[in-house]
Amino acid sequence: MAYDFQGKSIDHDEEGFITDVGDWSPELASFLAEQEGIALGDEHWEVINFLRDYYNEYQIAPAIRVLVKQMKKAFGPEKGNNKYLYELFPYGPAKQACKFAGLPKPTGCI
Amino acid sequence: MAEQDLIIPELGEHLPTPDIAEDALADVRSYPAKPQLQEALGFPTELVEDWEEKAIAKMGELLEKYRSLRLYLDICVKCGACTDKCQFFLGSGDPKNMPVARQDLLRQVYRKHFTAGGKYAPDLVGAKPLTREMLDEWFTYYHQCSQCRRCSLFCPYGIDTAEISMAAREIMDSIGMGQKYTNEVVLKCHQIGNNLGIPEAALRNICEGVEEDLEEETGVSIRVPVNEAGADVLLVAPSADFFAEPHIDGLIGYAKVFHQAGISWTVSSHASEAGNFAMYLGSYEHMHKVSTRIRTAAIDLKVKRVVMGECGHAWRAAYSFLNTICGPWDFLDPNYPIPQHICEFTQDLIERGGLALDPTANDHMTVTFHDSCNPARAAGMGGYPGGQFEIPRSIIRACCNKYVDMHPDFIREKTFCCGGGGGLLTEELMPVRIAGATPRLQALKQVMDNDGVTHMAAICAICKSQFTAILPKVDMDPDMIVSLHQLVSNAIQLGAKD
Repeated sequence: MAYDFQGKSIDHDEEGFITDVGDWSPELASFLAEQEGIALGDEHWEVINFLRDYYNEYQIAPAIRVLVKQMKKAFGPEKGNNKYLYELFPYGPAKQACKFAGLPKPTGCI
Repeated sequence: MAEQDLIIPELGEHLPTPDIAEDALADVRSYPAKPQLQEALGFPTELVEDWEEKAIAKMGELLEKYRSLRLYLDICVKCGACTDKCQFFLGSGDPKNMPVARQDLLRQVYRKHFTAGGKYAPDLVGAKPLTREMLDEWFTYYHQCSQCRRCSLFCPYGIDTAEISMAAREIMDSIGMGQKYTNEVVLKCHQIGNNLGIPEAALRNICEGVEEDLEEETGVSIRVPVNEAGADVLLVAPSADFFAEPHIDGLIGYAKVFHQAGISWTVSSHASEAGNFAMYLGSYEHMHKVSTRIRTAAIDLKVKRVVMGECGHAWRAAYSFLNTICGPWDFLDPNYPIPQHICEFTQDLIERGGLALDPTANDHMTVTFHDSCNPARAAGMGGYPGGQFEIPRSIIRACCNKYVDMHPDFIREKTFCCGGGGGLLTEELMPVRIAGATPRLQALKQVMDNDGVTHMAAICAICKSQFTAILPKVDMDPDMIVSLHQLVSNAIQLGAKD
């Protein structure tokens, strides 16, 4: 399973998550979002950038609570809530935003 | 992200026994574990060449090891009592999800190779060879069993399908046919210490964040300590309690209870997981490895007690196996249960007047309780029969003025599984999960309509995640699922004591 992107083959898993975080680029994020009918705007990037920064520091995507709190801190309460995040990423920040950000999907009892 | 073709059930007044729908879930298959993953767990990377021979040899080995397995395979008289008891059958009508049919997938092969009748007159006794087709059916339908053991309750012989499905999965792993989801989770637990793969730094970051929030919210400094040697209690929670909603509200509840009790406690980054997915594989070796992390952490941190958080199968693994798998635990304080459930801990405090609870704090809710399958049917609580049913209810009643039970046929030991346990809580099994959740949601809807129930509490991370995922699909509010200790958290009066 691989995306054909800019002449390169990029492996992904059954649900479309890229398997090597190193393959990620902002262009790839836009490409992945387009496939799901989303044009990435500044608001999306605020979330994606935080996810990537957090992942680089902690080697896991942030818990929703951590994401919401950070969004609230950085951009105010109107962006620091679940509803806002679901409007940006209808399939959920954990699933969809992580996918665009190139992070592995967190799995377990969640 | 293409949605699967999901059959969304209509929830009416009662749940009818469905018409038979042959192969309704035959195409819903787990993703296979990739070679790398299989290798890391010590399983063959792909289906081995002589898989039939190896599978039969493995079956023989398990039959020698577990006499119960042979008994269960021998003793079924096809009475039919189990046929309409499995939530996956009730929600789908797929006859292979009748427990007897699920068992028969293994039983037919057992008869062929391990019984005289099967060897000499296979057609008379329903004996069949292990063909590739049969093996594929094993992979499909043994991963549509949540090992909840509801069927075993109604079986006059007590045949435990969970044990049969564990054996089937163990055989499949041994010939290179693993399930991606469960195996991935087991590997993360081995490598990082928990199912989600939360490394120590992230765990600390999350716990510090919760401490900050708690202080802001309550004005009280309430700790969520990580790796604090010398604490009295090691709390072993499911890692979802650090990550997901509404799980984390339960963690906040535990923190408030420990704070109010004045008992020092800690979580461990080495054993940051209560759940033991290796149980789903039936693998003793991996179960031992996962459980031993708790032992190591308890010794290293010099704790006196081990308390398990709200996690269903963790409680089964801890209650039933911890001592035999990695005991003795004689270094812990014998005055307390080893291990203890967080509900036992909280209930004990309530009984001794150690917690001041204001149930009016939950007056905006009318609560019901979903008995999770593993505590209900595979474990106990409180040291008396039925404690696992009474204790959670007693805590809820102490914290809430409005509590209503669901229909007696669908609670306590007869409870339905949430539909996501046993290694099914994965995206590709969504149609199975919806089918499996339907009977519980039906019973829930009944008390919502008749008694004004607004919330359902649970003491299992998988149940909470599964319902949160499924409820929106049937146009119900996912926020109605709450952690039991979330109710405690709302009601607890910090600083006050009875």
